[in-house]
Amino acid sequence: MGAVKKQQNQPGIARWRFALVAALLCLLALALIFHLARLQVLPEAERGYRFLQDQGRARTIRTEEIPAYRGAILDRNGELLAVSTPVHSLWANPQLLREASAKQLRKLAAALDMNPANLAKRLEKYRNKEFMYLRRHLSPEQAGRVLDLQLTGVYSRKEYRRFYPAGEVVAQLVGFTDIDDRGQEGLELAYEDWLSGQPGAQQVVKDLKGRTVQDLATKREARPGRDLRLSIDMRLQYLAYRELKKAVAENDAASGFMVILDTRSGDVLAMANQPSFNPNNRSGVKAAATRNRALIDQFEPGSTVKPLTALAALETGRYQPHTPVDTSPGYIRVPGKTLVDPVNYGRLDLTGVITKSSQVGITKIALDLEPNALRELFYRLGLGEAVGTGFPGEAAGILPSRSRWHPIERANFAFGYGLTVNGLQLAQAYSVLANAGLKRPVSLVLSGEKLAVEPERVVDGELAKQVTAMLETVIGAHGTGKRAAVEGYRVAGKTGTVHKVGTDGYADNRYRSVFAGFIPADNPRLAAVVVIDDPRHAKYYGGEVAAPVFGSVMAGAMRLLRVPPAELAPAAQQLARSLPAGQAPVANERGSKS
Amino acid sequence: MARRDYMHRLPDSQGGLSRPVSLSRRWHIDVPLLVLLMVLASVGLGVLYSAAAGEVHYVKRQAVFMALAFVGMFVIAQIPLDVYRRWSPWAYLGGCGLLVAVLFFGAGAKGAQRWLELGGFRFQPSEIMKLAVPMSVAAFLHKRSLPPTFATVVGALAIVAVPAALIVRQPDLGTSILIAASGLFALYLAGLSWRMIGGAAVAMLVAAWPIWQWGLRDYQRQRILTLFNPDADRLGAGWNIFQSKAAIGSGGLLGKGYMQGTQSQLDFLPESHTDFIIAVLSEEWGMRGALLLLLLYVLIIARGIYISFMAQQVFGRLLAGSITLTFFVYVFVNIGMVTGLLPVVGVPLPMVSYGGTSLITLMAGFGILMAIGTERRRVTF
Repeated sequence: MGAVKKQQNQPGIARWRFALVAALLCLLALALIFHLARLQVLPEAERGYRFLQDQGRARTIRTEEIPAYRGAILDRNGELLAVSTPVHSLWANPQLLREASAKQLRKLAAALDMNPANLAKRLEKYRNKEFMYLRRHLSPEQAGRVLDLQLTGVYSRKEYRRFYPAGEVVAQLVGFTDIDDRGQEGLELAYEDWLSGQPGAQQVVKDLKGRTVQDLATKREARPGRDLRLSIDMRLQYLAYRELKKAVAENDAASGFMVILDTRSGDVLAMANQPSFNPNNRSGVKAAATRNRALIDQFEPGSTVKPLTALAALETGRYQPHTPVDTSPGYIRVPGKTLVDPVNYGRLDLTGVITKSSQVGITKIALDLEPNALRELFYRLGLGEAVGTGFPGEAAGILPSRSRWHPIERANFAFGYGLTVNGLQLAQAYSVLANAGLKRPVSLVLSGEKLAVEPERVVDGELAKQVTAMLETVIGAHGTGKRAAVEGYRVAGKTGTVHKVGTDGYADNRYRSVFAGFIPADNPRLAAVVVIDDPRHAKYYGGEVAAPVFGSVMAGAMRLLRVPPAELAPAAQQLARSLPAGQAPVANERGSKS
Repeated sequence: MARRDYMHRLPDSQGGLSRPVSLSRRWHIDVPLLVLLMVLASVGLGVLYSAAAGEVHYVKRQAVFMALAFVGMFVIAQIPLDVYRRWSPWAYLGGCGLLVAVLFFGAGAKGAQRWLELGGFRFQPSEIMKLAVPMSVAAFLHKRSLPPTFATVVGALAIVAVPAALIVRQPDLGTSILIAASGLFALYLAGLSWRMIGGAAVAMLVAAWPIWQWGLRDYQRQRILTLFNPDADRLGAGWNIFQSKAAIGSGGLLGKGYMQGTQSQLDFLPESHTDFIIAVLSEEWGMRGALLLLLLYVLIIARGIYISFMAQQVFGRLLAGSITLTFFVYVFVNIGMVTGLLPVVGVPLPMVSYGGTSLITLMAGFGILMAIGTERRRVTF
């Protein structure tokens, strides 16, 4: 006990001081415990664990977009024209990336195949942002090389990149998407809603540096876009494009296009344009190359409407194909202007006026018709009204309507001036002739329902056949369009050589060469229009520049579509009998109509 | 066990000679304290392993420091208390000299100049003062009559003020406060009169406004303001605290499981392996983990106060009390800071936060505690 007493008696150090300290420490410890409890377990605490847990989740759980696959564009046979492939886009958080060393940034620039100075400049430009693209649309290997550097603030995201296997051949029609895979031109734009999918949403856990640590749940699956099947037949498209390109080059022309219509269904089988571009690499592409001229450009159809004028004449009942028309002396005065034929054709009949494409003859006929009759017929054939393909920028053409027609206006109309059309409209008008007066809706997209639409009779069938017969003479030995002839097939068509409009009215030496026609004339399958704009080489007549393109493309098309040649018809019928049942109807159908 | 030893000795202090000396006494080891420290060290390494996710070298380094610190504690416990008392003025003067040297030749990090570099080895002289100041104050008071006279108090305050002022200049307010507190604790235990304590409190209140206005730096003022309105600047000054609160709150009662804390493992928690490590523990083990850790600290502090209470000499008693109370301040300030109860001052969580220097200083302090706790035998000779 002595020791204890001694301790207690030790001066100055009182026991109660220890007790006080111990009490104080306990109090402070309890305060800490209470504070912890408020943060962690007390449910009613303001800014307690519920609030803090929400805050914690808000920091780590993020919703990310799952990119949706964009529907493909195919031709009628399923050949791919536009397809999306997965690619990687690299992006950076400049705030984090700026902390990387100069050496790391040099490595990054090298892996990105970028100039280090450019990278530094971009980082400086976006220094206050938290997002910037480094490079987009890299292959998985390329992206992997960059990600392997393990730099803080560099991320990859999956995207889709559009690829156009057919390249320049159908580029203007298909159009293209921008880097975010949204339609910008052509059918990619027109059918954006159909093609584009609905992105999905994925919940992920991310760390402070934005790296995805864990996938939680898929909140919404990505809904892929739908495929779009075009009416285009790539076999004909390739053919048309090749021949068109050759003709434009040979004639040193500014541009050109060709449209091929299936006269039986109204399907557009080909729509080729020159100049063209590579949709897979659009750097440096000129706007002129991206024009789908066949639908967007409007032009004066020129002599290609003369058969329609002849049809109007037939419709009066006062004209027959062999009704004489005197074109002597080779010119005719209309108030304000004198119209001339190259030579004095003398006395022709209605058919001969078309065969020779006589200005004098057609003018005489036009002035003999009701003033409004021509315009009314043109309108019935679909001119002056958009075809309705839905293609962005499709031209409707101009078909003026007047209460009083000046004679020169009536004459101009008769040989295709004073109105404008687009290529598809002209092809549609010719396909009405080919269909013996039946007009079908024209479409760029393949759809089964369309066939159910009843064709509309706009012209008397017999008269249409009479005009077809006239058009066959154009391709004959004495016609202007003999270069459009296809061996073994009967061709109906008409040439046109149109003075281009320059700065001072019509230019004397600049032309647009046009050919419109269909094949086979006795049982039409295809109607086509070829336009070559501003041929600067020696030739410029429609019969010399445009008609040969029609001839060579159609020769190939007949082969590709296995249309039996007219001369071989009996032999083909024999062959048909020996073929399996499924292939027989082609020959039979043809046989029954001819 | 020590308690039983102690009871054995109660009847007659001479009895110690006749009985075989127990192992713990021979090696100057306070077994309860040693056990508690080893448990705490293991817990600390375990939490650090999770907090330094993926970076094992932190844990390895810390384990090496841990081993060194325990060895240091054993060595320090062997030195007789009188030696500390006699040498404390020299340690104090040397420490002050080094602090002055820091002001002139110190190396800096993050705007503060706290380090001395000697042949590639870096250390903070302020760490020495964490022990030298309470030792000097205790030694100073040991020789004087207690309770201390006014002159004695002024002398003791002067001993405290010089290093505290030098450390504030670095600037390192946290350490400075800790060192000042360690000296004041010794003074309090020596029997500082309540009149003087009251006077000091009044003086503090009066001085509060001028200190706020001129004595604190902008970032320090900001930290204190943040304390009262943590949401005002959640993306700026309040960020660290808000992150740690979110981590602690996310833990709830039972926690998310070891190595499973999203805030701490995904880098949202700043300084997760150093000052804010308790937030990692709280997120992953929940409130039960935090309470268990607190319990360990409370037991260690209780043992320290017991040693202080039982010490025979004034020097030992004051020193043990001061070391123990300083240890408590460490724990309280750190947890208070991380939970948003106190302003942010850079105080690590003892034995758990990553960092070798503070670990060695702490264990040296416990070595001295053990020397004090096992010192009886010498006195009774």
